Amino acid sequence: MMNSGMVTAAYIIAAVLFILSLAGLSKQETARRGNQAGIAGMAIAVLATIIGDGVSNYGILLVMVGIGGAIGAYLARRVEMTDMPELVAILHSFVGLAAVLVGFASYLTPDSHHVGAERTIHDVEIYLGILIGALTFTGSVVAFGKLSGKLGSKPLILPGRHKLNLGIGVACVVLLFLFIGQAPDAALDQNSTGMGTFILVLMTLLAFAFGVHMVMAIGGADMPVVISMLNSYSGWAAAATGFMLSNDLLIVVGALVGSSGAILSYIMCKAMNRKFFSVIMGGWGDAKPSNVTSDGSDEPQGEAVPISADEVAMLCKEADSVVIVPGYGMAVAHAQHPVSELTTQLKKAGINVRFAIHPVAGRMPGHMNVLLAEANVPYDLVFEMDEINDELSDTDVVIVIGANDIVNPSALDNPNSPIAGMPVLEVWKAKTVIVSKRSMATGYAGVENPLFFKENTRMLFGDAKESVNGILAGL
Amino acid sequence: MLIGVPTETFAGEKRVAMTPETAAHVIKLGHTLCVQSGAGSAANISDELYRAADVDVLPDAASVYKAADVILKVRAPQLESTQGNEVDLLQSGAVLISFIWPAQNDALMDALAKRQITVLAMDSVPRLSRAQKMDALSSMANIGGYRAVVEAANQFGRFFTGQITAAGKVPPAKVLVIGAGVAGLAAIGAARGMGAIVRAFDTRPEAAEQVESMGADFLMLEFEEDEDGAGEGGYAKVMSKEFIDAEMALFREQAKDVDIIITTALIPGRPAPELITTDMVESMKPGSVIVDLAAERGGNCKLTQPDQVIKHGDVTLIGYTDLPSRMAAQSSQLYSTNLRHLLADLTPEKDGQLNVNMDDEVIRGATVINDGDITWPPPPPKLSAAPKPVAVAAPVLPVEVKTGGIGGTVIAALVGAVALLSIGSVAPPDFMSHFTVFVLSCFIGYQVIWSVSPALHTPLMSVTNAISGIIVVGALLQISSSSGFVVFLSAVATLIASINIAGGFLVTQRMLKMFRK
Repeated sequence: MMNSGMVTAAYIIAAVLFILSLAGLSKQETARRGNQAGIAGMAIAVLATIIGDGVSNYGILLVMVGIGGAIGAYLARRVEMTDMPELVAILHSFVGLAAVLVGFASYLTPDSHHVGAERTIHDVEIYLGILIGALTFTGSVVAFGKLSGKLGSKPLILPGRHKLNLGIGVACVVLLFLFIGQAPDAALDQNSTGMGTFILVLMTLLAFAFGVHMVMAIGGADMPVVISMLNSYSGWAAAATGFMLSNDLLIVVGALVGSSGAILSYIMCKAMNRKFFSVIMGGWGDAKPSNVTSDGSDEPQGEAVPISADEVAMLCKEADSVVIVPGYGMAVAHAQHPVSELTTQLKKAGINVRFAIHPVAGRMPGHMNVLLAEANVPYDLVFEMDEINDELSDTDVVIVIGANDIVNPSALDNPNSPIAGMPVLEVWKAKTVIVSKRSMATGYAGVENPLFFKENTRMLFGDAKESVNGILAGL
Repeated sequence: MLIGVPTETFAGEKRVAMTPETAAHVIKLGHTLCVQSGAGSAANISDELYRAADVDVLPDAASVYKAADVILKVRAPQLESTQGNEVDLLQSGAVLISFIWPAQNDALMDALAKRQITVLAMDSVPRLSRAQKMDALSSMANIGGYRAVVEAANQFGRFFTGQITAAGKVPPAKVLVIGAGVAGLAAIGAARGMGAIVRAFDTRPEAAEQVESMGADFLMLEFEEDEDGAGEGGYAKVMSKEFIDAEMALFREQAKDVDIIITTALIPGRPAPELITTDMVESMKPGSVIVDLAAERGGNCKLTQPDQVIKHGDVTLIGYTDLPSRMAAQSSQLYSTNLRHLLADLTPEKDGQLNVNMDDEVIRGATVINDGDITWPPPPPKLSAAPKPVAVAAPVLPVEVKTGGIGGTVIAALVGAVALLSIGSVAPPDFMSHFTVFVLSCFIGYQVIWSVSPALHTPLMSVTNAISGIIVVGALLQISSSSGFVVFLSAVATLIASINIAGGFLVTQRMLKMFRK
């Protein structure tokens, strides 16, 4: 048995290991060591807790950890890299649900001896822990549903949604004040818990509803922001649980994860030139329809020139440098393996092949990088937007695979466009741009893309995978 | 439909209207093809190659004309040729697709109309962006511009590129290109590719950007009034007298300096403007070369003789009118691809049935005779793609308005500090110590996460997912409770948090293994 001092010491070691784990992810070379540090930290923290004071129910405990671990391992082995966003979303929901359950368990454990301000703070902690946990849970479940296609990815805009959100928020605050002082105390009789439990359950249901409503109102391409935000919430939920249980390790980890998610959300919002708040409030705002119609009448659109896969192959053969811009369409079509094969072939022919990744390409931060890595594309060929944007003007052929808004020139030259000011990959500066797309449909933002009508743009219509295979056959 | 390709009869014409490569695409549209034996030989395409592409090879022109429903040609049918009157060979009711030049060839148009023929003129395809793929004038002009440089190099006794060798220094050749249309731009590209210093002039100001993008200098005219030389359909128009005077002065000055002049100036429906006068030619350096791409229409220089290379003093003047035909393999390929695109538009169902849809703007424009009725000239095309003279608004990027600025930051900091103090005044020391840990951890998290490479954002999310499974500690601390319900809640929480931990770490491991150099 370890005494509480030793457990705390173990927690400090675990916290340091977690920080090292995140720091390790700064570079590819150290990333794997970082992950191992995380595993070690987790093992130390869990072991110290189990053999520490006050834990005796080993039978149930080991069974539960065993089953959970097995399910987790199964999911991790089986998941397709294209489905990573779904896995991440569902894992977030687990953290949220666990926070709710731990919150209730803590509420119902009548061994707290808090009085006065201490007691009030403890009540607030329980309340907040459950609140954040609950909305993380349902929010993530809805995000999972949207990402896996079980729910439509269109934003669901209820009439008066802002009022609805506001109403839920006010109700939660009111309930909080009612709740303070209602939590059970060891000194009091068990019967007095009735009112507090009722308020807590009511609030949980409200938070569930809020989580569903919040994510339902957000469209598919805003998912990188949503996932990062839920990542952040799951951290804050863990931190609140830490306060509730007076456990510093939970607070540290919760704060690390919470700020990590917050930074990712910020990066994603910046990459789309959108205010975090407006993403969370859902949709593209109310100004959108008028903008789109004025776009349509102001600029007469030209005609898109189609091209066949064979001709693309010819173009590539004659090029010195080729840049491939992947988007969500590549993930949908599972085209990463043919793309990798294309890269190998072109490299063999002595052509300088590189990848340009926009920060919000795909459905979660870094999604494209993982897909390309899965298909064995060396990571030194993969460049971020800022690294490669200046070099696109010296590129012979740019192949855009299943991306739309992130290569839309109107973001830069049409101040009325809904995506004005969003940083984009300036692919139109290259000598020739090939756009592989299923149809002429607009992207998520619903904005016409003038790129398709540029003189140096050729459209390669069809499923991304078949198109890339066609180019491969032509080589 | 059976499509026939006879041998070209115009003297010196080496091109052929259909190559085996393109034939394969046309067959996919549901058509069948036949070709006159030897039609491609001048462009180095043997009958064998046609046969290999499933094209029937017929022995002579008569059998091709007799069998085919559609005739593809390069040059307009000749009223007198080695194969007789080609118009008479055409079957009544047949479809003919070739260059026609209806404005200059009234007799031909009448003869064709009399034979109840439907004629699509490749020179009348409207200049719309949709029709670019069938714009044979552009594809031929491109070849002409390239070949003009090659012909000039052939006559020019020196290098194009500047060199410093052991045998002395070679200055680069200076090339002046007049008229920056498709041919002019192709000439600029070819001359630049060979290393020459290239200057170019055009009456249309928007050409300046295109010229500069090809690596040549655009010669600006010192001229007071703003005169835009852009006419309808992207062609040039006739300029005012003052403008022409200023232009001539510029050319006079340049003629003394440059080694090679390539002129490509044409105005639709008019003889070529005279730009290079005899005294300019005489002022050029000995050995200089002029290539006049407008020779067929009277020439930009009066001295040029169509189809001939002549010497005027020490200056060589090239007046070839068959430059595309001199690169027959290339021009046949491009021309037949233009034809193929037109055929694709004419066969929308890909069922081998030709549909001359007079409601289609492109087909309407190209059709000069429809079933014996002369339908030329077409109504003016609606310009959908040509840039309107829009007042170009400077691309103003929306500037983010930071509300409050520094004042806001200070206020926020003050509010935060007051809030902290007020919490501190009532909260127990225990809470404050936890709060310290919390705030410091947020800052550590902030510092650490900013340095994470964007490529690793997905592993970052899955690893933070795994470590937020630390919430299992909270569940573990309560699993030994005396209350059965609390044990149940904790057990479920333990289960799902364990899924998180194992799933998160293992999937991260799996992803990171895939990243390789």
